[in-house]
Amino acid sequence: MKNQNIEVAVHHVTRVEGHGNIYVNIQKGVVEKCEWSIPEAPRFFEAMVEGRSWNELHHITSRICGICSIGHSLASLKATEAAMGLTISEQDIKLRKLALHGENLQSHILHLGFLVLPDLMGVGSVIPLASTNLPEVKTVLRLHRLANEMSNLVCGRTTHPQRLIPGGFSKIPTIKELTELRKKLQDSIPSLQAVAELFKSLVDKFPKFRRETEFIALTDPNEYALYDGLIASSDTGTAPAREYLAFANEYVVPRSTAKWAKHVRESYMVGALARLNINYKRLSPMARETSDKFNLLPMCHNPFMNNIAQLVEVVHGFEDSIRLINELEAAGLQSQPEYYKPEIKVKAGQGVGAVEVPRGILFHDYTYNAKGVCTKANCIIPTNQNHANIELDMKALLPQVIDKSQKEIELTLEMLVRAYDPCISCSTHAVKVNFT
Amino acid sequence: MKPKVAFFDFAGCEGDQLQVANLEEELLTLLGQVEVVAFREVMKEHNDNYEIAFIEGSCTRLQDEDRLKQIRKNAKIVVAIGSCAAIGGINSLRNYKDLESVKKTVYGENAKLFDSYAARPIDAIIPVDAYVYGCPIDREDFLHVVKSLLLGKKPETPTYPVCVECKKNENICAFERGQFCVGPVTRAGCNSCCVNEGTICWGCRGFVDNPNENAHKEVLIKYGFTVDEAIGKFKLYFGWQEAKR
Repeated sequence: MKNQNIEVAVHHVTRVEGHGNIYVNIQKGVVEKCEWSIPEAPRFFEAMVEGRSWNELHHITSRICGICSIGHSLASLKATEAAMGLTISEQDIKLRKLALHGENLQSHILHLGFLVLPDLMGVGSVIPLASTNLPEVKTVLRLHRLANEMSNLVCGRTTHPQRLIPGGFSKIPTIKELTELRKKLQDSIPSLQAVAELFKSLVDKFPKFRRETEFIALTDPNEYALYDGLIASSDTGTAPAREYLAFANEYVVPRSTAKWAKHVRESYMVGALARLNINYKRLSPMARETSDKFNLLPMCHNPFMNNIAQLVEVVHGFEDSIRLINELEAAGLQSQPEYYKPEIKVKAGQGVGAVEVPRGILFHDYTYNAKGVCTKANCIIPTNQNHANIELDMKALLPQVIDKSQKEIELTLEMLVRAYDPCISCSTHAVKVNFT
Repeated sequence: MKPKVAFFDFAGCEGDQLQVANLEEELLTLLGQVEVVAFREVMKEHNDNYEIAFIEGSCTRLQDEDRLKQIRKNAKIVVAIGSCAAIGGINSLRNYKDLESVKKTVYGENAKLFDSYAARPIDAIIPVDAYVYGCPIDREDFLHVVKSLLLGKKPETPTYPVCVECKKNENICAFERGQFCVGPVTRAGCNSCCVNEGTICWGCRGFVDNPNENAHKEVLIKYGFTVDEAIGKFKLYFGWQEAKR
């Protein structure tokens, strides 16, 4: 297969959220072109929210993405609350952390079970697995449903949450509901271990690949940062969230409706692997054990291991949710009036909200006038921060697989894209592979 | 022979296709009744031989019209799922603004590189046979529509406003709580899910057939809201429907 001419054109990469294309042209064994592009229709949220009121922004920006709508709502609320100088109660922070765990779990389980597993089992989708591997599929479905139940319980809905509002919650779960959820989480730990074993038996199917890059994630000295923290770079150290523009320098690439971003290198990576690399020491005990079992230790520079980092975070999400419910129970859950709407004194200001969502660090930045009307908005989405890294990984990976068949090259590149779990709806506020 | 179905998405958040994945065990039952031949979000295989096409998302640019027309040609039944596909949804919020300035806000000097027009529901481009409303769609509602179609029936859609369901759920009216709500003119079928969770109806299912706007206006005045406030809230989801009226 040496010196072959290969054109790989994957138009709309499958099993990813949104539309992305891969285009590779190899002439006589030399890579002439290797491109990652996003053709998804642009949606213009930043322009849409201008002129809208402070109490609507979380509702509108939630619609940037169906999969990470809780994360977008939380980043939005944090930005609005920062702009208005609001603080929320410890209890509400814990409940918001639970909401975020619910979403991360839902998203990671869906990605690992529905989108990644078929590659490892050599099939095109999860559908044939429902006949060949029914018990495993059922385990994944059960865990996925439990994660959704958790979002539903805390947010009043699994997608586009309702109860998350500026200043707190319109409605909160009862302690009985929370302790019942805890029981279900505890009872599911054997299923989690079974899923981990399944991936352990398949992990060798991920290519051995390494390309050094920069990782960016939130960090906190006291916990594995998801809801809040300082921005941390594996290259340059930490800074407060309001300085996000110093990290995420977005730029327009003509072939993509999604923007790209860079920091001190040509690219950086965000997401589960970035978080694990930066915050490994603060993983829950069982999550750390899982990570160690896969020999996934900082600093890991193999992007395919982002899948395993997600698996580790699933274990962490279960354990940490149990911890949060224990703490809520120990403190005694304070009830609140029905249809609760915190009194908020509207004022002019600017605020930034940073949250770790399934695919990485997310920033919302709003400016409000004295009436609480948004005059300027900026949302920087995790997948946009990964686009440049995806393309550079492709370029570095190609020489390693160039002697393989077109089909194998195509699959390897698709698997690389999927490992990032890109969320292109978010990104255009993509994945197609074009080999030519 | 099981009917062949396909899923497609245009400008949207894919939250509606996610609700299909969220059917969990019921998804397995559904897969026993139909054969999924295209669903880019979850499968690599793709086949254009299908009877029912489910489409999520709005059409927001000329270049997407051909893809929609091709789907229409391939399918016997086209179903619009979710607010963006069914009524234009939140995407149409930008239709109130000057398109060039909208593009500039997001892409700056590179705005000219990207083609876009007013966001619209898919029935603005091709005929649609059935609708699953909501942002996101309700899983039970989706199953109801699928079952009806498989039985060869036209799915029923409520022709009364959200208030009917909200009253049945014994919620305290949002207006009584001093909040503006679009429930009186919004199509029901969601079981007033947002009000049940302590907030308001935002109008995601679109205008009910023959909305009683005069009564709504009376309610507004009674509770001291202005017409501007009403128009502001209508813009969130009703943009395309308003423009057509």
